[in-house]
Amino acid sequence: MAKRTLVLRFPPHLVNEAITYRLVKDYGLAINILSARVKPQEEGNVVIGVEGEKTKIEEGVDYLKRLGVKIQPLVQDILWNQEECTHCTLCIPLCPTEAFILNRESMEVSFDKERCIACGLCVKVCPYHALELLLG
Amino acid sequence: MAKTIDEIKERIKKGQVVVVTAEEMIDLVDKEGIKKAARKVDVVTTATFGPMCSSGIFINFGHSSPKIKVEKVWLNEVPAYAGLAAVDVYLGATELQERDPANRVYPGEFRYGGGHVIEDLVAGKDINLKATAYGTDCYPRKELETMVNIKDLNEVTLFNPRNGYQNYNVAVNTSDRVIYTYMGLLEPHLGNANYCSAGQLSPLLNDPLYEVIGIGTRIFLGGGVGYIAWWGTQHNPGVGRGDNEVPRVEAGTMATIGDAKMMNPKYLRGTSMRGYGVTLSVGLGVPIPVLNERVAKFTAVRDEEIYAPIVDYGREANQFLGEVNYKQLRSGKVIIKGKEVSTGGISSYKRAREIAGILKKWIKEGKFFLTQPVAKFPGKESEYVFRPLRERR
Repeated sequence: MAKRTLVLRFPPHLVNEAITYRLVKDYGLAINILSARVKPQEEGNVVIGVEGEKTKIEEGVDYLKRLGVKIQPLVQDILWNQEECTHCTLCIPLCPTEAFILNRESMEVSFDKERCIACGLCVKVCPYHALELLLG
Repeated sequence: MAKTIDEIKERIKKGQVVVVTAEEMIDLVDKEGIKKAARKVDVVTTATFGPMCSSGIFINFGHSSPKIKVEKVWLNEVPAYAGLAAVDVYLGATELQERDPANRVYPGEFRYGGGHVIEDLVAGKDINLKATAYGTDCYPRKELETMVNIKDLNEVTLFNPRNGYQNYNVAVNTSDRVIYTYMGLLEPHLGNANYCSAGQLSPLLNDPLYEVIGIGTRIFLGGGVGYIAWWGTQHNPGVGRGDNEVPRVEAGTMATIGDAKMMNPKYLRGTSMRGYGVTLSVGLGVPIPVLNERVAKFTAVRDEEIYAPIVDYGREANQFLGEVNYKQLRSGKVIIKGKEVSTGGISSYKRAREIAGILKKWIKEGKFFLTQPVAKFPGKESEYVFRPLRERR
């Protein structure tokens, strides 16, 4: 089983295509939508996590390309330096994919990398430089 | 039955002292009632950890040979104030490093400044010291550049003119653009709400009328031991209060002092607020002697009984948009103008809890003794007010 995170941009005429459904049905991929900005008449922007057989992922990517979807791999990466984090929780309301999780009992912040789309907003707001944006 | 601080000190000496944190006090009062809790508990520990801009250090770095009377001084390229005796300087937390682009590249990153120098110094790192002078017959030297380390400096005294604000605004932004403030990044159209208090754990919220905390109170400061030196700047005791005497807006403050050589960089952190500047996050812990039932009742205050004003930082007039309590704020969501808004903290509750625990341990182990304040802060009846500036010619 392989895993990849992809940034998809698709032109307005594809907004009504059941792309996710086809990826699941025809290629047997598990799709996790991490972030989606899709509006009628506008270019769509979706970040997905895909999981499945390596060859199937490649076939799925080919299918998307044939449709005219532009695909970029997620080349950025966020590094959370736990030692520097003071658990102030400033990042909590800003993270668009809720990759930072606050345990309300312990008031402790943790980071779920799987959910992160490396948008970099947290890097901007962290007062203690506990987050770094790594370019791939 | 009332207790005295001397009696509590005696119990610390004998290893019999009963100490709980302000959170534990809530549970205890819940279970056993105020009367029993007041009798049982000797000390309640309170704490907070967050950015406190009005902080800094006095340093005496010793005399060079030949001597210099410092006129201008920099520590790791961050200017400090030298308008004191020859080799005494004061470095403030919010001072920017020379040539920092500040907000010329908006929003500025403010990666390093006074607060970071303080953290590095306390962490035992070598610091670059540069000084210039005009030269006198008694202090002929005009330039100096050397590395210094905290262990070789004479005095390194943390002195913070304003710490531990009693309550604070909840910051939101109703404008159409992102704004960068000392309360963090605020998204437009009520995108988030940032608050900054440890609520039920916060020192002055547990002694709302400054009856037991005062000048001379020994405290946990930046990981070491310090004292309350005075009331803090902008101290404002006469504000509106709830029935529980807890202020509903920013009110009391305290000035603190302590030996930075004994402190820990974990509790003195250089802090960069995007688009705003640099500052220092300070860990503060204050013990409250439970002298009587009244004190016990005040220390049992809970998050849901402490209200903070929601203030719109997106408009120049800083419009008031209502009130929320700290239980709601810590739950992660509050309702503002009918909209559900996610909350973010600036003050670390986790760190505050940790500090209250450390102070409790120190007292139980007989390493930390309570002091009797030598004078009180101006109280709510004192006519002491925080005035705006009246500009004139």
